[in-house]
Amino acid sequence: MLWNTLLLSLRAIRRNLMRSFLTVLGIVIGVAAVVIMVTLGNGATKSVSDQISSMGSNLLMVMPGQRFGPGSDAAPSFKSADIEAIRSQISSAEWVAPVAGKSVTTVYQSRNWPTVVSGTSNDYFHAGNWELAAGRMFGEGEERGGKAVCVIGETVRKKLFGGQNPVGCEIRVKDFSCEVVGVLKSKGQSGMGSDQDDSIIMPLKTVQRRLTGNQDVSRFTVSVRKGASIDAATRQLTLLLRERRKIGDNEEDDFRVMDTRQIAQTLTSTTKILTMLLSAVAAVSLLVGGIGIMNIMLVSVTERTREIGIRLAIGALEREVLLQFLIEAVVLAGMGGLAGIALATGASMALARAMNIPYLFDLKINLLSFLFSTAIGVIFGFFPARRAAGLNPIDALRHE
Amino acid sequence: MNDAPPLIRLSGVTKSYGRGHAEFQALKGIDLTIGSGDFVAVMGPSGSGKSTTMNILGCLDTPTSGSYQFQGVHVERLERNQRALLRRHYLGFVFQGFNLLARTTALENVELPLIYRGEPAAVRREAARAALEQVGLKGWESHTPAELSGGQQQRVAIARAIVTRPEVLLADEPTGNLDTRTSHEIMELITSLNERLGITVLMVTHEPDVASYARRVVHFVDGLVESDRRHGEES
Repeated sequence: MLWNTLLLSLRAIRRNLMRSFLTVLGIVIGVAAVVIMVTLGNGATKSVSDQISSMGSNLLMVMPGQRFGPGSDAAPSFKSADIEAIRSQISSAEWVAPVAGKSVTTVYQSRNWPTVVSGTSNDYFHAGNWELAAGRMFGEGEERGGKAVCVIGETVRKKLFGGQNPVGCEIRVKDFSCEVVGVLKSKGQSGMGSDQDDSIIMPLKTVQRRLTGNQDVSRFTVSVRKGASIDAATRQLTLLLRERRKIGDNEEDDFRVMDTRQIAQTLTSTTKILTMLLSAVAAVSLLVGGIGIMNIMLVSVTERTREIGIRLAIGALEREVLLQFLIEAVVLAGMGGLAGIALATGASMALARAMNIPYLFDLKINLLSFLFSTAIGVIFGFFPARRAAGLNPIDALRHE
Repeated sequence: MNDAPPLIRLSGVTKSYGRGHAEFQALKGIDLTIGSGDFVAVMGPSGSGKSTTMNILGCLDTPTSGSYQFQGVHVERLERNQRALLRRHYLGFVFQGFNLLARTTALENVELPLIYRGEPAAVRREAARAALEQVGLKGWESHTPAELSGGQQQRVAIARAIVTRPEVLLADEPTGNLDTRTSHEIMELITSLNERLGITVLMVTHEPDVASYARRVVHFVDGLVESDRRHGEES
């Protein structure tokens, strides 16, 4: 009986190719939309948290003003002396990397490239987990003497040198030439979407003397020694800075100390919200797909009811008719679900590559959307049939 | 011979639709006995209960009261599935509106009852071809209903009805949707099935022309049998 019923189901599918195709399509779209959205969302979250862990989990970022981001309120910058004080007075600080930044256009032979110069110390490489792809860091004399040397990021190397080895070459930065002593290993995009490789690193003194013309340090990063308390280090640092910046007891801080955990939390919660939002949109498309299926099934209910009447009249048992319709619905919905997952896998792999985020297969969401859409297909394919099969054959035949 | 129960015996069969004030009695007590091999035409005006009787005889509908014996078996006591099996093994239907499966070839339409009977594919195919040949549709096996004329569709329906070699062929206005010439062709086909294969034929019609093919004509009026006479008898 099962074999014969399977035959009948497949014949029914073949007979109603358009209806079958539309049913499958509804499910394919629903499943694919949900799976793609969630998969990409997961990939984006993963990529952000990877970026953050590549920064190191023990960093304190310190910047003047209370707001996060550039263009802060008019709080005074830090001075080189502040950095020295922190180095000498805060014992749990392993590396202290000041940054004095300046946007410049760099030139090598006929090529030029606008980028940002960061004046800092060798601590910058250690604190930021930067590795060198070629060349070396700064020598002690170069740092102390403010020599015109630089380490360039991968993007800058590509733009200025193409395939050529830049180490030992001289590039022009504003009005002086500067020897390239090293090239950084690529880190790609940051969690916030900016290109971390698009920068040039010089000794702090070099930048202060030749580019900014003052002793200001626009921000700095402190890496806390392994095992030391990050909270304690934050407290000490805050106290020291308040004292050095002469902030009264009743006044607010005019600088901000953030640790990477906070940044990580902010960023991952943002991407999580985005993922949820996208999933909600995708869920709507799943629903729309389901309503499409419902429509197709309901439109064909008259024809199907008469068909059921014919089958009953020529001697089909109610359960045979039901089984046939159930198999039909399961086959269509299952095919749609599998096709949807296949489409989603292909599309998310391609999109993940294009967006430069990792592709993560999420079994749960694949299973969930598959089951959901299959359930819709089965429910709307099967239940109208069940009602019809319960009618007197003559009523089913006369259905209009 | 006399001990054997008749093929079909209706006694005191009534059928009502609706409830309370809206109740409508379509059949008010039908007694009818039909022997094996007979060719009976049921006639009467619209609403006289002829189609209702036909549906009850075909186990497509159930009587409100009274008894219906098929070869001595009380059909009104059977449950749904048993009635379906009775249809499957003993009855064949031809309808006014053909009721073929759309977008399905003639061969597959005719095969359908055999699939429910669980016949193997080869037997099924052979029997379906033979039945189509019998109704004069050799060469039309792979055509769908939309590609066939009304007369041809009704022939496919007849082939589907006889492919299982049923005891009884029930035809509800089989020529109702056909022109006069085609009607006569169909009636000749049905007559020959009755004569050559010995299939008992019960047919509802309101055309005296068509009824004249039958050996026995039963007239219904207002839910009751008004007259029942054999061909050649005077009323």
